[in-house]
Amino acid sequence: MTERMMPMAKAINEGLRAALRNDPKVLLMGEDIGTLGGVFRVTEGLKAEFGENRVLDTPLAESGIVGTAIGLAMRGYRPVCEIQFDGFIYPGFDQITSQLAKLTYRHEGTQSFPVVIRVPYGGHIGAVEHHQESPEAYFAHTAGLRVVSPAAPNDGYWMIQQAIASNDPVLFFEPKSRYWQKGEVADDGVPAPLHQSRVVRTGTQVTLVGHGAMVSQLLQAAEVAAGEGTSVEVIDLRSLSPIDYAPILASVQKTGRLVVAQEAPGNVSVGSEIAATVAERAFYSLEAPVLRVSGFDTPFPPAKLEGVYLPDVDRILEAVDRALAY
Amino acid sequence: MSYTEATVQLLSPQGSLVESAATEEYLPFIAELDESRLLDFHRQMVVIRRFDIEAGNLQRQGQLALWIPSLGQEAAQVGSGYAARPQDHIFPAYREHVVGRIRGLDVMKIIELLRGLSHGGWNPAETGNFHLFTLVIGSQALHATGYAMGQRFDGVVGTGDPEVDQATLVYFGDGATSQGDVNEALVFAASYQTPQLFFLQNNHWAISVPVERQSRTPLYLRAAGFGVPSTQIDGNDVLASYAVSRKNLDAARAGEGPRFIEALTYRMGAHTTSDDPTKYREDEDVAYWSERDPISRYERYLRAKGVGEEFFRDVATEAEDLASDIRRRTLELGDPPASNMFRSVYTDAHPLIAEQAAWFAAYEAGFEEATS
Repeated sequence: MTERMMPMAKAINEGLRAALRNDPKVLLMGEDIGTLGGVFRVTEGLKAEFGENRVLDTPLAESGIVGTAIGLAMRGYRPVCEIQFDGFIYPGFDQITSQLAKLTYRHEGTQSFPVVIRVPYGGHIGAVEHHQESPEAYFAHTAGLRVVSPAAPNDGYWMIQQAIASNDPVLFFEPKSRYWQKGEVADDGVPAPLHQSRVVRTGTQVTLVGHGAMVSQLLQAAEVAAGEGTSVEVIDLRSLSPIDYAPILASVQKTGRLVVAQEAPGNVSVGSEIAATVAERAFYSLEAPVLRVSGFDTPFPPAKLEGVYLPDVDRILEAVDRALAY
Repeated sequence: MSYTEATVQLLSPQGSLVESAATEEYLPFIAELDESRLLDFHRQMVVIRRFDIEAGNLQRQGQLALWIPSLGQEAAQVGSGYAARPQDHIFPAYREHVVGRIRGLDVMKIIELLRGLSHGGWNPAETGNFHLFTLVIGSQALHATGYAMGQRFDGVVGTGDPEVDQATLVYFGDGATSQGDVNEALVFAASYQTPQLFFLQNNHWAISVPVERQSRTPLYLRAAGFGVPSTQIDGNDVLASYAVSRKNLDAARAGEGPRFIEALTYRMGAHTTSDDPTKYREDEDVAYWSERDPISRYERYLRAKGVGEEFFRDVATEAEDLASDIRRRTLELGDPPASNMFRSVYTDAHPLIAEQAAWFAAYEAGFEEATS
């Protein structure tokens, strides 16, 4: 197995390149993704390699991007749309939820809609309004969509290819604050299934679950907790719809305590769903209530306040302490 | 908004051909039609009107949840529908029942949709590339544009081979022209020079809101702002609808980019059976458009050409036969099994859906055990 160190932006770029090479029906579309290579450079060099009919610099219209991707999928293409920033997905919300998500059902299965929508999401980059949000719950709530989020470069490389190979629409949430951290990419390895959650640190006393950029915060919190004598298990969710509960339930049966962390607001969130499901299925294993650590239920604040809005290691550890206090 | 100086009309309301400088580029498309196709135009308009009445009656009798009438818009739909070639793709809004019929759709599928048995469910590959109805106003315009982008990327545009070149025809109404999706579709179509005809049926009403509230300019003029050539036609003239659509679809297939037609017509009935147009419109408007009825004008034209009574009798019989067939088949429809609910949410296996379907089956089985 060859392993290369690269940041996640580069890993996703390489995953996209592999998909474009492997299937002539794959095409990329979005704002500024061609000549510029995307505002985060995730599509850098791909237009030059594959041409303007495979890597489309589209007009500035999110509904237009998603709606025409749907038509291209009807024609047999596998479009990969980039929404430039999380908060810009809402102009495309109707096409995603009322059309893309429902079209296989409307067709009673005679047509598939293998459209991937890539969304750089989340905070920690000090940006202006609409550029740091975590809107994944809207899509996890919508039947007909799949929602995933890689936390590390290797998953970025493989999961984007798996999302493109999926015959269903996939919302692919890329934690933009993790774009530039390097990690190993095993480019001839066997990837884990797209919708599998994974234990990324083993422990015995408390289980922490999160996705995307939160996973690195959870690992840091686990390290600090270990220094204080607390053994923490960390699970990278990877898939938000469907959610793979088996590793979470197995972990809770061992630890008896669960803290779910997310950048998104907590009210009616993915973390809420996990808390409810674990309460239903592992009630007798729980030694403490399932606790959520989330963004506050405010709009994402101005950047100078993001440090107090976003859950950090201290807030995660505060929840760990509360869970242990029961 | 009614006819303007620019409105292309090939058949006057009195049923005679309009021969003028404005029509000479279109009349050859009519001249080359054989008589059987000219008769098809009439047959389809009459039959679908009878179907429409029957479906409305079935709704009033509690057999359908809703009906969406097409009364008055038959010429706009039949002419444009016949202008498409077999390899073209057609994206309807939700009122184009006759276009589906022309393309080979069993219109019972529309009855099933409006009875609450399906969300459409026909396979466009088996219905002459007639795609599903889309009930969110204007959404289909983007799907059509994306489809047409794919036709261009696939190289099936402008080859010069009439069996190879394709176009996409998309229907929408005057209300939809206010939607962002229709405007974005025009932007994308112009950007990517799609082989596409935007066919606007201006039936003057978006439920209760008159077209004057949607636009202060004739709608066909908007297309110029997108760089899309456009034509306004008399939408109650089946020959104009056919010939102008033919010309523009030919241009689109030839690689000349997207085109736009505004067909001036009138929604003679309600928006749907849930609507009450007496609350918002005047009888004299309806009377004005009644005099411009698409079917009676075309019948006058055919009779003047010497088409005999026997044809009209046969068409009337065919219409009655379809109506009674639709009624019989509607009354025979059962309810779908509950398990249908879980089908085709996804194409690939999905654990949550599988789990819920299994739970529901066990839940239902519990009742059977309890009653046995």
